[in-house]
Amino acid sequence: MTVAQAEFTQALLDPATPAPAGLTNPDGVQATKRFNVYRNNVAVSLTDALETAFPVIAKLIGAENFKAIAGVYLRQHPPSSPLMMFYGAELPDFLAGFEPLQHLPYLPDVAQLELALRHAYHAADAAPLPPETFQALPPDRLMAARIRFAPTVHLIRSRYPVHGIWAYKMEDGAPKPEPRGENVLVTRPDFDPQLATLAPGGGTFVAALMDGARFGAALDAATEQVPEFDLTATLGVLFAGAAITILDED
Amino acid sequence: MLDATTPRFDRLPDAPGVGYKPQHFSDLLADPGAVSWLEIHAENYMGDGGRPLAQLRHLAERFPISVHGVGLSIGGEGALDADHLARLKHLIGWLQPASFSEHLAWSTHDSHFLNDLLPLPYTEATLARVCDHIDEVQEAVGRRMLLENPSTYLAFAESDLAEVDFLAEIAHRTGCGLLLDVNNVFVSATNQQTDAPGYIDAFPLHLVGEIHLGGHDEDADETGAPLLIDSHGREVVDPVWALYAHTIRRGGPKPTLIEWDTDVPDWPILRAEADRAAPVLQAALA
Repeated sequence: MTVAQAEFTQALLDPATPAPAGLTNPDGVQATKRFNVYRNNVAVSLTDALETAFPVIAKLIGAENFKAIAGVYLRQHPPSSPLMMFYGAELPDFLAGFEPLQHLPYLPDVAQLELALRHAYHAADAAPLPPETFQALPPDRLMAARIRFAPTVHLIRSRYPVHGIWAYKMEDGAPKPEPRGENVLVTRPDFDPQLATLAPGGGTFVAALMDGARFGAALDAATEQVPEFDLTATLGVLFAGAAITILDED
Repeated sequence: MLDATTPRFDRLPDAPGVGYKPQHFSDLLADPGAVSWLEIHAENYMGDGGRPLAQLRHLAERFPISVHGVGLSIGGEGALDADHLARLKHLIGWLQPASFSEHLAWSTHDSHFLNDLLPLPYTEATLARVCDHIDEVQEAVGRRMLLENPSTYLAFAESDLAEVDFLAEIAHRTGCGLLLDVNNVFVSATNQQTDAPGYIDAFPLHLVGEIHLGGHDEDADETGAPLLIDSHGREVVDPVWALYAHTIRRGGPKPTLIEWDTDVPDWPILRAEADRAAPVLQAALA
């Protein structure tokens, strides 16, 4: 009797499936509790990986709820690669579709923010553009330039105060989040990812630049949406986050 | 002697090492004790940059590094994950570690990675498959690897080869070396009710390039038989230290790693565990 790895895998992920026949204890008796060691290792290690990746989601719904939800998620979405630091990519969509959590509609965006922080942490190092190079460029050439961002940079645009929610759960003394939408920029100036909420219009500006718009066109889009768009403040966030690597004048 | 074109550390010393944890970075550099080399889990350093790789580059200037893979699924029925093999080749290429090792186990099925070291039946068919995979790995990374004996919790009725013979035959066919995890020997022998010193005595110790020591948890199965679980979450128990001393007396000094992966203690406690291996190794050198 051979035990195929497909059968082994199926039983690992589905507690209702009995342990495969052909697995035994030293007396030749069917190994049920022994098989459960492997079952438990898989479930616990994947749950731990999700807890490490999504600490704010765990705090928002409570540790016990998080474990229960992780148990459902890991069976629907087992990892597709051995890089556990990136496990959980489908969690935002999973949370959006998970019926018992529909009363917390901001969870998917918070999960997206936590994913962005992980990716920023592990992203490639890139030398930032010195602010002097940027400031030295004549305005007409700047308006025609495109900006390339460091691989550490992520923009999360949400109808919910995701940065405020994140800070409320992770930082001592952070205020209760105000009900509002937020555009949050994730950067990594050195080794630790940073979060910054962009000024009104900043999300439109950065999103346009990320899509490859010229600087002038991105500025137009932002000021059209928000006439008092604060370019200086938004550039300040980008430079503080070492977010810009290249001014592309092609 | 060493110069800029020579990898600084081309082998692990016959001395204690530890599994590196990022929280120990500063304490380890300030006070390594007997710790003479470090092991990393390959998968944790397969990001593109940031602190993990910066720390690793820094450590690699001071310590020989062992790259220990936990995700290649060498025992898998399917083909090896080509993307993962390429990542491994990249890591080994730039880091030029003193050693590379992986497990006699599987962890991926049908593109699902299960994040555990799952057991194999010991048959001619699985032997041939594992050897093919090891040939492919050694070809890809361009170096000899070490293969680690597993902790097992159950047996396959279909197995018709002893684990020691299975590992020795893999080494013979592929030219790979072996990583002997003495705690795994103790855990498996207890769980399978076989003789741990007998396993060591039958093991081809001349092929062993590294030894692992770690902690385990104690449980029992539904028949009341002891069931030890390889948790890497506590000190190495005295019977495993005794089995280790037996191994070193027979096989001579070997690079010896303390693995502590869950409930990781503060640095002084881990360092003290590593320090315990030093006199055992020194006695064998005397």
